[in-house]
Amino acid sequence: MWALFLNTIIIMIRKLLTYFTFPIIFVWLLVVSYNSSKRKPDSVMELLTDPSWLYDWPKWLDIPLMKWINDGFKVFNEKYGIYFEVINDFLLGAILSLKKFLIVLPWPVVIALVVAIVFFSSGRKLGTTIFVGICTFFIGFLHPKFWDKAIETTSIMIIGILICIIIGIPLGIAMARNNKLRNAILPVLDLMQTIPSFCYLIPGIMLFGLGAVPAIIATVIYAVPPLVRLTDLGITLVDTEVIEAAEAFGASKRQKLLGVQLPLALPNIMQGINQCTMMALAMVVIASMIGTRGLGDEVLLGLQQLNVGKATEAGLAIVLLAIVLDRITQAYGKKIQDRNQPPK
Amino acid sequence: MSKIEINNIYKIFGPNPQQVMPMVKDGASKEQVMEETGHTVGLDNVSLSIEEGEIFVCMGLSGSGKSTLIRHINRLIDPTAGEVLVNNVDVCSLDEKEILEFRKKTMSMVFQRFGLFPHKTIIENVAYGLEIQEVPEDQRHEIAQGQIKAVGLEGFEHQYPAQLSGGMQQRVGLARALATNPEILLMDEAFSALDPLIRSEMQNQLVELQAKLKKTIVFITHDLDESLKLGDHIGILNGGRLVQVGKPEDIILNPADDYVKAFVKDVNRSKVLRARTIMTKLDKFDKSSVNPSSTYKYDEDTYIEDIVPKVLKDRSTIEVIDKEGMTTGFITSDELSVALTKTK
Repeated sequence: MWALFLNTIIIMIRKLLTYFTFPIIFVWLLVVSYNSSKRKPDSVMELLTDPSWLYDWPKWLDIPLMKWINDGFKVFNEKYGIYFEVINDFLLGAILSLKKFLIVLPWPVVIALVVAIVFFSSGRKLGTTIFVGICTFFIGFLHPKFWDKAIETTSIMIIGILICIIIGIPLGIAMARNNKLRNAILPVLDLMQTIPSFCYLIPGIMLFGLGAVPAIIATVIYAVPPLVRLTDLGITLVDTEVIEAAEAFGASKRQKLLGVQLPLALPNIMQGINQCTMMALAMVVIASMIGTRGLGDEVLLGLQQLNVGKATEAGLAIVLLAIVLDRITQAYGKKIQDRNQPPK
Repeated sequence: MSKIEINNIYKIFGPNPQQVMPMVKDGASKEQVMEETGHTVGLDNVSLSIEEGEIFVCMGLSGSGKSTLIRHINRLIDPTAGEVLVNNVDVCSLDEKEILEFRKKTMSMVFQRFGLFPHKTIIENVAYGLEIQEVPEDQRHEIAQGQIKAVGLEGFEHQYPAQLSGGMQQRVGLARALATNPEILLMDEAFSALDPLIRSEMQNQLVELQAKLKKTIVFITHDLDESLKLGDHIGILNGGRLVQVGKPEDIILNPADDYVKAFVKDVNRSKVLRARTIMTKLDKFDKSSVNPSSTYKYDEDTYIEDIVPKVLKDRSTIEVIDKEGMTTGFITSDELSVALTKTK
């Protein structure tokens, strides 16, 4: 009886809180913005006697968000900058060693490697394999300079996508398991996808300096949301009866996740990785503006010199690179899907 | 002691089931509760006992709570109130670990849409319960092979479920459930998704298997013919309430209310009723009218569809005998006409 009573009270308090939290925050923001403004009227009474502030947006009705962020970022940078240097060194090291490895290899070997990967990941489809091989060849064929640039871009992307996978898949799994977490994360993902990339490129530069690392961070912020979403979707879409079957046989949460949910969500997750790759490529040109070298660099150069041919050539090379990466990731996902649902 | 005992189970779906409980206990109908509180009553004071080695069929239309009921037995669903005893142990009192152990050892489940794992081959599917129990691979595949043979699917071991027809898939489901050698088999509309011919074939196969294995089977269906064919006892659910429990004959001859009457209205009685049920007992029968030259002996378990032609065509009398060959009663056209007349 008491427990029920207490329960009712807790529910009432929760309701009150949800009704009043936002108005309270709003009023508090109004007061803060008014107080911190330098151009506020001498007294509040003035507002009542002189209604001119209703015509143009008054100068004092302004949240000092810019100041907060700048102050906060400064403190943050001073306090934790050292950690970012460590991250910077680590990522830079990873990119450089990957790049060195790929550049040292003779180009025919790289093409052969790509062809071999596609051949096996697509389930030995000859057409796709030949097509991808030709695309890879054409990257260098377009302009000999592009080969090294493409490898540079690819190394940055591979590292970026690896980070996306490390962050995105566990996050997607956690979201699929916990509705509250999902409701909290979904708006953040929206924010990450809509906020213009320059907004986080600049703090990225301030933390990591110019070059490849802020580009990777920007790439991850931009490209991880589809992977998170599709992992979450893939796991939630697994047939409830199949999940029930696993539960009915006494599968633990871990057995259920590793043995049933993840394998069945794999086509969706692969699709997520594919989307992640495509979006990461879209960042290449933007990233070149903060000094990342690679194919985007060439596009930028072409634009600056008003050299239409050069920009187009580099653009084509990016498209070819996109096709190659797309085929590799798509082919694997499709192979799994075909096995689960063979054509009727 | 019964194998499974369900005592006063209530299940209410919604945000705050405990608060709605008093109302349901006072006898409010499902519609009333829905309208006033927005909660759905799944089960309303259901009590049952199921004996070891019998097939108990739980029948009702969709939404009657039969699938909810069966999921209480292995606790895929927790009751709002009441207890479920399996082998005299309260299922609801088990903690997380114990419940997994209990599901592994005691029971398995067969699903309406089969619930097979599309990414596993047939033999891996059948061996799944053993895989969860961490039985070594060669051992579990050996057991699975035996079960596949028992349901007549040899040669399909390394195919994927999607490559099999519906009836074959459900055989895999049955083999998978039997592979762990459970005491109790839960079958949730197991044959409802199959076409009539295959369904009848599967029913026969189940009856055959049951004659050998003597499991305790809880079978859910919305098909009265199926429940009459399979059930040792039948429980009829309507709107979450248990309306009637009894042997198939009881249900046909003495329907408890209009709902059950409507159900049994179109049943082919001659296929359900047995000689024993409709005969006039030896001591109450006037033997003087019997012509010994046209009397036929039939076993008391004979369905009356086999007797009807004899009685109608030759005007003969049927002498009903028990297993020892002793006469227990007689059937004439009088008894037949009473038994085959529809209850109003």
